[in-house]
Amino acid sequence: MSVTPHNGLIAVVKRDCPTCELTAPVLGELARRGGLQVYTQDDPSFPETVPDRFDDAALDISHRLKIEIVPTLIRLENGQEVARTYGWDRGEWERVTGVAGLGPDLPESRPGCGAKNIEPGIIERLKIRFNETGLKSRRIEIGEDEDEQEAMYERGWSDGLPLVPPTEERVLKMLDGTTRDPQEVVGLIPPGLAPATVEKIASNAVMAGCKPEYLPVVLAAVEAVLEEGFAMHGVLATTMFVGPVVVVNGPIRRRIGMNAKGNVLGQGNRANGAIGRALQLVIRNIGGGRPQEVDRATLGNPGKYTYCFAEDEEGSCWEPLSVERGMKSGQSAVTVFAGFGLQGMVDQKSREPESLARSFAESLKAIHNVKLAPSCDALLVICPEHERTFRNGGWSKARLYEELYKLCEIPGEDLIAGAKGIAEGGPASLAGKTVNKFRPGGLMIVRAGGGAGMFSGIIGGWSQGGPRGSIPITKEVRN
Amino acid sequence: MTVLLDPTSEQSPTIRPRLPRPERLEGLTIGILDIAKARGDVFLKRLGERLAERGIAYKHYAKPTNTRPAPLPLQQQIATEVNLVIEGLSD
Repeated sequence: MSVTPHNGLIAVVKRDCPTCELTAPVLGELARRGGLQVYTQDDPSFPETVPDRFDDAALDISHRLKIEIVPTLIRLENGQEVARTYGWDRGEWERVTGVAGLGPDLPESRPGCGAKNIEPGIIERLKIRFNETGLKSRRIEIGEDEDEQEAMYERGWSDGLPLVPPTEERVLKMLDGTTRDPQEVVGLIPPGLAPATVEKIASNAVMAGCKPEYLPVVLAAVEAVLEEGFAMHGVLATTMFVGPVVVVNGPIRRRIGMNAKGNVLGQGNRANGAIGRALQLVIRNIGGGRPQEVDRATLGNPGKYTYCFAEDEEGSCWEPLSVERGMKSGQSAVTVFAGFGLQGMVDQKSREPESLARSFAESLKAIHNVKLAPSCDALLVICPEHERTFRNGGWSKARLYEELYKLCEIPGEDLIAGAKGIAEGGPASLAGKTVNKFRPGGLMIVRAGGGAGMFSGIIGGWSQGGPRGSIPITKEVRN
Repeated sequence: MTVLLDPTSEQSPTIRPRLPRPERLEGLTIGILDIAKARGDVFLKRLGERLAERGIAYKHYAKPTNTRPAPLPLQQQIATEVNLVIEGLSD
């Protein structure tokens, strides 16, 4: 570290830059004339042409001078910067130095290289060191002898699994994943209705294991569950099983490497796992929504750790869920659904869409209880081999919705309390009527999963499907 | 030493003590709030009948749905019109 001169020239270089190597003789010449200080970012023995170099391996001077490219040449007068150039350009160097005929053997110009102080990972550390992060969260110091994981558990931040510690550096890197202002308030998170800034959401995304490029998806999912229609407070507080299920559509799926194929609802993919988990951690840590507190779930479901997956749009003959729900094709979007668990739908024999649709309908009628209708909304995850049957039969998605709805009409007699020897059920006045298992529009279909196996899935919803409960919400993923 | 950023709202809820229970209901106006849970109406209707038998004034309120917190105007109305509230929480 050294003090920069009041008057004179400063050059910032690094050995790992061919243009800096190229300019070494020129720097030597300028040093001989006097009034030049050379700061080296990597190897303090470079450039050998300059006898008195300054070691800036700590990058403090580079950061203070906001160096972006090396070599950078700066002229100071009375402590103020009056001229700057970067890379090698003879005319520019002559302008800044006031010396003519520099580097006669060198080419006319050559672009420089990226400076070390702005490399990812380094710029964050410098901003922290210079207190320039702009991050507003309270700093919590974890002692040398303290275990970070245990410290986070003790503070109640965890969903039960270990967390990635939200250091300033990691949160800064996470914020690189969005162009949004870290202090922008995305919304008020229930149940505590605490303001969720982009920064706070980024901290929870770090803890969940997200990469910065996942952050826009996490932000969109948070925005979606905060829509009035989703009723996040109720989804959290209910004694029923549900939590937010996140379906991702559009180009972002592939850009961040989400899984839409084999084991799509299972473990093993970082983006699927971390995005769903981040949403849950936001509810927990910012909203204060915790099990056995405001979260009154009797059983909950394993998806309340994380429940996020991508639709296999490329393999599907149908329009993506997001397009069906009003987004443009090619637009990235999330759809949130208050759902639980997974009910398998096994049919290995149907080769006609009519038969397969009946299989789906009979299974759908069992959600919650065969005696309950109308019951809840449902999300169908149709596997490729089942989708093929509908494709071969020429069934559009609209046709399938229509047929399923028709097949889910139930004779009222079957639903009366006591019918089939089951006390659960509706009033005797249902006799002679027909009741549908679903409200109109209460079904959603996505296509996902591995290529082998005639095994689709039904994700059941909350008992209060529709406007009186939770309605699915689709939101664009913005950068 | 590691420095972590607090991922919580950094708010601590104010814990307020519950109001003391009234010694007697006579002379008070009771609010009966139906939160729209199944069969809550049956229970609350009977409760209203029992209060009427004792000559205790009560007012009936209803939430539009049990899935959301009571709308703010309803909360304010209840707070200004009655001395205490009885609600049927579950089905």
